[in-house]
Amino acid sequence: MDQTVHERIRRDITDNDVVLYMKGTPVFPQCGFSAAVVQVLSHIGVKFKGIDVLVDPALRQGIKEFTNWPTIPQLYVKGEFVGGCDIVRDMFESGELVPFFKEKGVEVPENV
Amino acid sequence: MAMDAGEIERLIRDGIPDAVVRIDDLRGDGDHYAAYVESPAFAGKTRVQQHQMVYAALRGQMGNELHALALTTVVPKA
Repeated sequence: MDQTVHERIRRDITDNDVVLYMKGTPVFPQCGFSAAVVQVLSHIGVKFKGIDVLVDPALRQGIKEFTNWPTIPQLYVKGEFVGGCDIVRDMFESGELVPFFKEKGVEVPENV
Repeated sequence: MAMDAGEIERLIRDGIPDAVVRIDDLRGDGDHYAAYVESPAFAGKTRVQQHQMVYAALRGQMGNELHALALTTVVPKA
């Protein structure tokens, strides 16, 4: 794997508590799966950094190798890979997602 | 390039022999599927690990030939 991409990913997931590798941006997701995760994160009100893989082919391939996960979106919390769209949605629907963020020390608004 | 539902099911069963597998073609276009996979082999694994087992069974097709697969993995109730 491209070492530069590898290092960039490591830096992004270290410097930011919640990182979503996605297609498009949080404001304009370019894929339904990415849009679904943005919707969940926005709904629970957690702050996250969205990184658009469509603008960087090396990153788009690099993140799949880095995580050993074949699809995008990919959610990282405190440097740990949480999952893709299906897992995030499952965790949200089963009520595990908010406690998970709190357990990780990520701020979640109380009114949710 | 699209994949046929039967082929997806066959690959998952080959990779996880005791699995109960159900495939739904979400849009009827042979490109967007939902897979329900239930197997005792998932016991004690995280969701990420369970999904990775299914992806491994699909031998690199996921994200390539297989564009979109909504995946649900379940450990059977004892």
